[in-house]
Amino acid sequence: MTRILVPSGALGLGYDRAALAAGVAASPDLIAIDGGSTDSGPHYLGTATSKYSRATTMAEWAELMQARAKAGVPLVIGTAGTCGADATVDWMFEITREVARRTGERLRVAVLKSEQAGPEMAAAFAAGRITPLSGAPEINADTLAQCTHIVALAGAEQIQAALATGADIVIAGRTTDTAIIAALPLARGDHPGAAWHGAKVGECGALATTRPGSGVVMLDFDGEGFIMTPLAEGAAATPQSVAAHMLYENADPNHLHEPGGLLDVSDAKYMALDAQRTRVIGALWRKSHRYTVKLEAARPAGYQVVSLTLIRDPRYIAGAREWCAAIEAKCTDQARTRLGAARFTIELRRIGIDATLGALETGHVMPQELGILAIVTGESAEQAGEIAKMLNPYLLHHPLTPDEPMPTFAFPFSPPEMARGMVHEFCLNHVLELDNPMDAFRLEVVEI
Amino acid sequence: MTRVGDIAAKVRSKNAGPFWLTIDVFCADSAAFTRLSQGLKDTAVARLFQITPDSLLRFDIADLKVIKFSLPRPAIQGARADRDMHGAAFAELLADLEFR
Repeated sequence: MTRILVPSGALGLGYDRAALAAGVAASPDLIAIDGGSTDSGPHYLGTATSKYSRATTMAEWAELMQARAKAGVPLVIGTAGTCGADATVDWMFEITREVARRTGERLRVAVLKSEQAGPEMAAAFAAGRITPLSGAPEINADTLAQCTHIVALAGAEQIQAALATGADIVIAGRTTDTAIIAALPLARGDHPGAAWHGAKVGECGALATTRPGSGVVMLDFDGEGFIMTPLAEGAAATPQSVAAHMLYENADPNHLHEPGGLLDVSDAKYMALDAQRTRVIGALWRKSHRYTVKLEAARPAGYQVVSLTLIRDPRYIAGAREWCAAIEAKCTDQARTRLGAARFTIELRRIGIDATLGALETGHVMPQELGILAIVTGESAEQAGEIAKMLNPYLLHHPLTPDEPMPTFAFPFSPPEMARGMVHEFCLNHVLELDNPMDAFRLEVVEI
Repeated sequence: MTRVGDIAAKVRSKNAGPFWLTIDVFCADSAAFTRLSQGLKDTAVARLFQITPDSLLRFDIADLKVIKFSLPRPAIQGARADRDMHGAAFAELLADLEFR
């Protein structure tokens, strides 16, 4: 039997404090919280920075450290600092040290790092140890050399190694969302299918309950299944809400790949224990013959400068498609001629018509007003800035036809150009084969 | 004209990692589920997303009254061509699909 307390889907999102207190009072064996994912885009891994504010992270983490001290059990964070790169693990460690200094607490902290060196990954690729998953982009040795950060997703084994150090707090780099919850029940011999299934259902906190915003849930694992209990007043984990969570952010609702195997919930059974709790049995863990960990990486994708123009004239709204295409073509020519620049793009998106779905849009309703989001992507910040400035006179005055008075459009800002700096893109959807689960990871214990 | 969104209780779309998109069509009752499960064709959904039907994954889950579609993301999440970081708005495209 293992009881895991999950305060929320991610550190920085907030949670119900009374529910957390109830969870601590219920004597959990471990408190686990996720620190991030790829869901906010490639910038965070590209730059090794956190999406959430440091002050918010510290405020919530200090409360969780206090909850941990009260419960007297380990506190584990996975994917520290949104992306789980080494620098964000260090960032999280510094926050932990600052809180401990303030409270005077003495702690043993296990730091698990997941970042991979480009040259080592290039060697693994050459040796055939990096293989693509479905939908992966084509890569070569150059791709790996271009990445600013590559991380491997740790699984249960690496978290178990961190817990085995006797740590009070585990700060882990990139891990699978589920590993931080599944590690302890697996180590203690609870049902492996149930351990991974419960971890998947619980990794988003209360999202699998009738009150998704309340955060706190408790998972009880045993030799046959698991029980999910939301701890906020009025929240319920129903067979429907728990089963439906396998749909969430998951391409296949019955299967989930994890390091070392595959979770199969095709035959899972969901039973209401009472109005609040659901028990689940029947998930299977299929161990794989190879031990692989997923890789994530981001690389630079140019420098961007954007601007926003507002159009209220109905004739220009109706002619927006031609107007945008003409400006894109004219400004592209001008940038080629004046800068000799070859590698850049100018894209005008029509907010109000099809900026969200682009060529997939099927609606044809004309809006009251139109936003023109201009996106210039170039090879350097200077080049993108120059091209964005060449674009401005067109956005300000370009006429739909040559024989009409010069129009003027609305700009909310001066200057209209907003520099976004270097942008990044995800470039790996691959797995790395390991002989030993710890091969790609580094574990360090620090007393603070 | 009846749209998918008129029959479904809710249509939700989300990233399934940076390279995949997943869309869940939730139905309020078995009648709506049966109607959509039988009437919503893979070919129509594939055409809507401008992909070939063989790159569309589909799961009809009667217990949950959900029809789930997964497909390679129209643009890799956060790449220059991407317009929707969390894949949130693709649900509206499917909800607006005319249902015959």
